Amino acid sequence: MSDPILTLKNVYTDIAQYHILQGVDLEVPRGEVTMLLGRNGVGKTTTLKTIMGQWTAKSGEILYNGQEMKRLPVSARARAGIGFVPEDMGIFSDLTVEENMLLGASSGPLDPKRKEWLLGAFPALGTFWNSEAGNLSGGQKQMLSIARAMAEDRELYLIDEPTKGLAPAIIATMANALRELKAQGRSILLVEQNFSVARALGDSAVVMDDGSVIWTGAMAELAENKDLQENLMGLSMEAH
Amino acid sequence: MIVRLISGDTPRSPILTALLVLILTCLAGAPFIFEGVRALDTAARICIFILLVASYDLLLGYTGIVSFAHTMFFGIGAYGVALASTHMGRGFDALLVGSVSGALAAIVLALLIGLFSLRVRAIFFAMITLAVASAVAVLVSQFSNITGGEDGLTYKIPRVLTSANRMGEVMGVKFTGKILNYYLIFVCSLVLFLTLLRIVNSPFGRVLQAIRENDFRAEAIGYRVVWYRTAATCLSAATAALAGSLFAIWLRYVGPDTTLSFEIMLDILLMVVIGGMGTMYGAVLGAVLFVLAQTYLQNLMGAASHATEALPLIPELVDPDRWLMWLGILFVLSVYFFPTGIVGRLRRQRAT
Repeated sequence: MSDPILTLKNVYTDIAQYHILQGVDLEVPRGEVTMLLGRNGVGKTTTLKTIMGQWTAKSGEILYNGQEMKRLPVSARARAGIGFVPEDMGIFSDLTVEENMLLGASSGPLDPKRKEWLLGAFPALGTFWNSEAGNLSGGQKQMLSIARAMAEDRELYLIDEPTKGLAPAIIATMANALRELKAQGRSILLVEQNFSVARALGDSAVVMDDGSVIWTGAMAELAENKDLQENLMGLSMEAH
Repeated sequence: MIVRLISGDTPRSPILTALLVLILTCLAGAPFIFEGVRALDTAARICIFILLVASYDLLLGYTGIVSFAHTMFFGIGAYGVALASTHMGRGFDALLVGSVSGALAAIVLALLIGLFSLRVRAIFFAMITLAVASAVAVLVSQFSNITGGEDGLTYKIPRVLTSANRMGEVMGVKFTGKILNYYLIFVCSLVLFLTLLRIVNSPFGRVLQAIRENDFRAEAIGYRVVWYRTAATCLSAATAALAGSLFAIWLRYVGPDTTLSFEIMLDILLMVVIGGMGTMYGAVLGAVLFVLAQTYLQNLMGAASHATEALPLIPELVDPDRWLMWLGILFVLSVYFFPTGIVGRLRRQRAT
């Protein structure tokens, strides 16, 4: 097995006086989809934001392709090949869909083949190509947010609850796009509450509780074991 | 061709298009359309202020940076020309050296302010610019042996740009060096304005707008936010300095009150807000309205007061001495009724 693309070793993160991450250890294998699971408020989003640099890790190591990233600014982490899709979508509402997509390709012009692929994966974006992103529906904004992160080929994608509050048809579109991304050999660390999406996409799973990782294993193993799910997350994921 | 010239940033409103065409025509033909020195002086001020306000809009409207040091950069450009003309004597070389050194000095100062303070929160950056601008104004006033202090500097510009240069008659108007000077200012302002329009519609401008909306998001895509903010500050400062140089060439005088005062800073802010932030064309409408009101409101009120002298109270209300009060009321009303500026309102009208 090749080296993991991302490794977190004993990472602690404080937000103001709160100790949110308390020794997070996790690995994201190369070319796989790793699900980051857990109840609300256990530190999943903070883990992604710490990897991206929005929150600074107080201690521990964040190794991306074997390189320590803790001291790198946010933009350097992005340029190193990490794409981030935040929970609040993070689109630029005053700009058009096209402008958002062009911004996504930060190291050069948007590759026409990639644009074609993305518009094939998210046809709604083509329809509203020249519209202001702020006027899109919630689902379209989410599509734009993911498509913008994919506008440039990145090695690792950190995606925070992409299907939250979306209609089933849009969730299917989203899942297909992520599946295609995985087929291209890209690695994904995905926070997802929708169990069917998690089961369909996840290769491995990392479960968090109280700011640290309490279980790591194959997604299939977690998906098949209801007792384990209830034990780890206090509920059966089938209920979601 | 025209669309390419304006970098594809069309006015997107028929009324706005008509207004812009009208303004461009009036400014292009000002010496032939309007009579008198005052009209030409107003037209030149409008050209310079359009450029100055547009350069501030690059900072405030497009990048979301609040700075109070814009008049400082304007003053640096103006003093650059004044000092070069004083020490090198009249000549185009002095104008060129003064303008280029003014712009370079503005870039260096903007770079220093930017690198030291653009990492901090917006309000601190605004305070730092205010402090630096005040310090520069005090220094200019104190170093009177160099800057002329409160009296300022009067200097000579190339004779070819003055009224003494008579070049015959064109379309019934005596074409003098003063008119040539006006066209120098008009063309330079137009070219620099179109350059700014090009910048805000370039990929660089798009990143600035993304930063304005959410700097972390822009950073998370891979853009060095501090670098972009600093670059915008430097570009804006250099353009403001060039506007200052043009002002100095036109006036043949610089002083703290005409180029460095905080009142000018407030005027620029008002022009940007009234015209419409983040639109560039807002700078055109804001500057035209403001300079016209500043120049002619008093006359207009004088005429109104005279016409209504038979009525009670009204002549006192519209007395020319109260022009500043009415200017204030006009601006409060325009900000109240056009919160997104005139351009924002006109474009929204078109969209609905």
